[in-house]
Amino acid sequence: MKVRLALTVNGESREVLAPVHKTLLEVLREDLGLTGTKHGCELGECGTCTVLVDGEPVLSCLALPVAIEGRAITTIEGMAEGGELHPLQQAFAELGAAQCGYCTPGILLTAQALLDETPTPTRDEIKEALAGNLCRCTGYTKILDAVELASMRMGARK
Amino acid sequence: MNKHEFSIIGQPLPKVDAWAKVVGETRYADDLVMPRMAHGKLLRSTHPHALIKRIDTARAQAVPGVYAVITGADLPRVKFGILPVSQDEEALCNERVRMVGDAVAAVAAQDEETAEQACRLIDIEYEPLPALMSIEESLGHPEIRIHEYGDGPNVHKNVALQFGDVEAAFARADLVREDVFFYEGNTHLPMEQHAAVAQWGADGKLTLWSSTQTPHYVHRLLARILDVPAAHIRVIAAPVGGGFGGKLDPFAHEIAACKLSQLTGRPVKITLTREEVFYVHRGRHPVLMWLKTGFTREGEITGSHIKTWLDGGAYGSYGVASTFYTGVINPVTYRMPVYKFEGARVFTNKPPCGPKRGHGTPQPRFALEVQIDKAAEQLGLDPADMRRRIVCEPFTKTANHLTVTTIGLGECIDKVVEASGWREKWRGWQTGAPRRGPLRRGVGFACSAYMTGAGTAIYWNSMPHSGVVLRADRSGGISVLCGATDIGQGSDSILAYLPAEVLGLDPKDVHVPPADTTLTPVDLGSYSSRVTLMCGMAAIQAAQRLRAVIARAVARKLEVDAELLVFRDRKVGVPDDWEKAVPFPHAVELAEAMHGVLAFPGSYAPPKRAGKYKGGGVGPSPCYSYSACAVELTVDEETGEIELHDVWIGHDVGRALNPLLVEGQVEGSVYMGIGEALMEAQVFRKGLHKHPSMLEYKSPTTLETPEIHTILVETDDPEGPFGAKEAGQGPLLPVLPAIANAVYNAVGVRVDEVPISPEKVLKGLDLKRQGKTPRVGPERIPLFKFKEPLVVESAFGQPADAVAVRPFADQETSR
Amino acid sequence: MMRLPPFTYLAPKTVADAARLLGEHGADAMIVAGGTDLYPNMKRRQFEPKVLVGLGAISELRGVRGSASRGLSLGPMTTLTAVSQHAEVARHYPALATAAGLVSSPQLRNMGTIGGNVCVDTRCNYYNQSYEWRKAIGFCMKKDGDICLVAPGSSRCWAVSSSDTAPVLWSLGAHIRLTSADGERTVPIATLYRDDGIDYLAKRHDEILADIVLPPADGWRSRYLKLRRRGSFDFPVLGVAVNLRMDADVVSEARIVLGAVASLPREAKPAAESLRGQRLTEEAITRAADLAAGPAKPLDNTDYAHFYRKKMTRVFVARALRSLAGLDDGVDSTEAP
Repeated sequence: MKVRLALTVNGESREVLAPVHKTLLEVLREDLGLTGTKHGCELGECGTCTVLVDGEPVLSCLALPVAIEGRAITTIEGMAEGGELHPLQQAFAELGAAQCGYCTPGILLTAQALLDETPTPTRDEIKEALAGNLCRCTGYTKILDAVELASMRMGARK
Repeated sequence: MNKHEFSIIGQPLPKVDAWAKVVGETRYADDLVMPRMAHGKLLRSTHPHALIKRIDTARAQAVPGVYAVITGADLPRVKFGILPVSQDEEALCNERVRMVGDAVAAVAAQDEETAEQACRLIDIEYEPLPALMSIEESLGHPEIRIHEYGDGPNVHKNVALQFGDVEAAFARADLVREDVFFYEGNTHLPMEQHAAVAQWGADGKLTLWSSTQTPHYVHRLLARILDVPAAHIRVIAAPVGGGFGGKLDPFAHEIAACKLSQLTGRPVKITLTREEVFYVHRGRHPVLMWLKTGFTREGEITGSHIKTWLDGGAYGSYGVASTFYTGVINPVTYRMPVYKFEGARVFTNKPPCGPKRGHGTPQPRFALEVQIDKAAEQLGLDPADMRRRIVCEPFTKTANHLTVTTIGLGECIDKVVEASGWREKWRGWQTGAPRRGPLRRGVGFACSAYMTGAGTAIYWNSMPHSGVVLRADRSGGISVLCGATDIGQGSDSILAYLPAEVLGLDPKDVHVPPADTTLTPVDLGSYSSRVTLMCGMAAIQAAQRLRAVIARAVARKLEVDAELLVFRDRKVGVPDDWEKAVPFPHAVELAEAMHGVLAFPGSYAPPKRAGKYKGGGVGPSPCYSYSACAVELTVDEETGEIELHDVWIGHDVGRALNPLLVEGQVEGSVYMGIGEALMEAQVFRKGLHKHPSMLEYKSPTTLETPEIHTILVETDDPEGPFGAKEAGQGPLLPVLPAIANAVYNAVGVRVDEVPISPEKVLKGLDLKRQGKTPRVGPERIPLFKFKEPLVVESAFGQPADAVAVRPFADQETSR
Repeated sequence: MMRLPPFTYLAPKTVADAARLLGEHGADAMIVAGGTDLYPNMKRRQFEPKVLVGLGAISELRGVRGSASRGLSLGPMTTLTAVSQHAEVARHYPALATAAGLVSSPQLRNMGTIGGNVCVDTRCNYYNQSYEWRKAIGFCMKKDGDICLVAPGSSRCWAVSSSDTAPVLWSLGAHIRLTSADGERTVPIATLYRDDGIDYLAKRHDEILADIVLPPADGWRSRYLKLRRRGSFDFPVLGVAVNLRMDADVVSEARIVLGAVASLPREAKPAAESLRGQRLTEEAITRAADLAAGPAKPLDNTDYAHFYRKKMTRVFVARALRSLAGLDDGVDSTEAP
């Protein structure tokens, strides 16, 4: 059964006609062309497909669009403001926190939610916040460093 | 060029593709969408071993929205495999399936759901055969043959090499140890599931976009498998979302996508599910090892003898190479004057094993480094000091005729000892300092070495291993065309940095398009830690050729000697008269006017240093990286749980072309080693993978990963580009034995097999409490007859052959 | 890509509407709360409901009401994150905050609900597999087959209760309110669970978990310890919930409930009894821990060897009690180190 979905994605209103059983992950990638959201298992076991819903990290592979109509969905494509990268994106690029880059969108969004709530997290708090995002390339070291760097820069900017 | 005045080399620059990756622009294979594209799905065997009696696709064909259904009968009857000696795979099995997960049919449909639904409607009748699920079962049932070829019933490969008289070496020793070890199999688990899009054009030409680490080998094999001229096939490597060796073979989904595209006249995409990725596998071999080594009182090794049994799974894959690798790399670390290696790879009805980060070498490294620790205790030596004392001599040959060049292991050990506080933390051979309650602290040490690129190609040939075409544009930009694939390690960045260094440009001025077999010269692929060295050398050569032509043109314009010209800051000029320096775009125009189109090739092939004996082709490498590792951890004596606190790792990378990228490779290697040491295991039950999922295949999260302290050591190797050696695999190796040795240091329990699970630690503690030997590990080795060894004289200690005598090298231009 | 099977999605705004819809659709319908357990199961074809009744739009099911002195009411649709971070819960029912905060991963705690975790499907590593995998090994009685693969010859299913919060709520003496089109009933949460891996809930198909009620916290002290391989993602393969009422330094009442060692949470009554009237000495703790390990009957169908899980039951019960006794042994009291 197809339904008309009114979604708010990266600040834009988007209408999609899609079967109700399509997950947010599938709708973002296949109906809205937002392929920046990746997938690693589609069962909630890896964190790769993380997006923000009303600023909270959730797994798009287990979210039904029909259940989140009207809520603000943020994907990696919506993280930079205009041409200006989010400090996290800048720090991830500068410190080599993205190797293959496949887990990067999910981790960036999860980190953004953390910094929005806790602007100067400890390293342990960062580890806790990112404990639901697997990365096979980096050993997390540069990812944690980059979140710390972004946090520092954002604090200095205020 | 004075190599201490680099402008780009040694700088912690962002990777050239970093920006695309942090905004989600990078288009991986599954992100590709084409007009009229169909979606494919493979039907896989539900039997570990069975004859296929009948396949009926009628019900699947009838599903609305299904475009095509194929079986093995629709493909040319040809068996293939990545190694010429192991041609044993079929994209879609015809008569027989050899594992749960073997592909037997494929469907293309208007969407993935329809394809999946149709797959379930394919009727297959199997006649089950007994499944052989372990080395013991396969050797114990010669009457059941998984393959007809090989070195014996279910024995894929049987090798035996001997360099010098090991028995005499043992007789000379003050201490001879014999130990048995087991290393459980595990898998790469790239975050990206394999995906491929094939488009067979109306012109009869085929294009394949795939998440592959080796577009060249896929290209070659597709031609044979599909019976199409290679000239009509184009393979484009999509950015790879994690490889680690898991995307190095041609796979059924790639082949099926091509065939389905031909039949439907549509582009066809097939993306594997996570479960399928576990079946595709080609990961770490489970290896049972017996190791006997002689030591003098001072800790010198008199000789070493290793026997390895590899559980290969259902197909050959890279297995012959893997088998050799369990034997040939151990001698490049420590002085080991006499050496014997016997190895056998056994077929079983499980997903085939192959190359995973460290390919075949982490297993014997684990054995050797734990055994050295045991020997050090018996000899009353500090295990770090003992290793420091027996490091190989640089620029010599090993017993098995491998040439080693620079060796920074001594410095790695010194720096790790210092950084880790080893002198204070290691309190001798009594067990762990009590921390609090049941918690015991321990430290462990281990070292390793790894190759920087294989000295020989997968298929025998005399052509370059890596090629670059460098084209200068009138804009002042240059394009570096190379068949290397960036799997996250940063090879595209290296291909930008090195020419930029030679030509005085900014890496941003360098364009590195993706590997594309119609556009880019062959690079063999992202494996065996070969890319930075081989592509790097080819890129430098091409850049130097361009530089020479530009220099000639600018010299004429400025009326100076070309030798005096310097390339920097996007200008070419004489340092003393820099205001007259010519901007690079203008320099290109001058050169193009003089020379014609500016496109220069660079070629690299490793020095020909294979040992002059059968089997001598596996192991040689232009140079070897070295690592030393210390680990600090806590063991909970009541639960057996291990908490890692810190890992210190010193890595001899020759030269850090970009320290940020090198650190990233080291940290990632350490991480993967931790996973293998503590929790990752690819295990089977009742003929099936026990848990083909991200949830139950345990990959460490941020919470299990300790702080990793990386120390880079530079030795400026004459074989490497600006002196660089590898960093992407070697640092994994010492992590596992360092952890095992630290567990012993903490609680006095030897766990001689990985993963070192809490159950095993507790079992060891129980044995200790009962007054028994507190060791957990394999007790027996199989009854198995290795080949008569090929006996070769040890080359130990001989001076290295001349360096830099390589095919295709420009002798007149120094690096 | 793993995809969901087709279904019709209904989003009632009130519990009454939801109850009516469940009654109308009968066995064709399933309730979905956060979906973090149901959707993976549906993707693997453990369930293929024709109708899903989503509770996300029912505001009366969300939020925490009341106070620790009079008792708290937890709306079943309150997310696990919200439960774990709720100040009153964290202060007065610390074991519940701990358990909710240890479920799966941060993302799944933002999506998953306390009600969903209470009702979470039992697990077995022969069952939580794809359709193709289950077909290959032979379908089991929990779905599509009639045998048990972990205990061949068994006539029942041994799938494991894998909720973190259920043993804690049981130990806290929580009650639940179940609502259906026919009316409602409030029962102790202990009666919600049945010792059967398939039919593991005593909740009728048409009943909705409408409320979780905690008794006043006064004088009770609680702990929850969880065994699993990783600090994130993993389900419990042993959970130990301990709730003690102390009279000065003497235990006046005690409840110990084990999770993930059977098809339902297991109360260790003799262990709890042994503590009554005792000070929490090393001897009393050891005795109780030994007694608690009795009811743990893990089988080989989760991560970690079953003998190890059994062994850890004793260790974890002792650790929870030591933590409550203030006996610091260096081991983190909120989770296994």
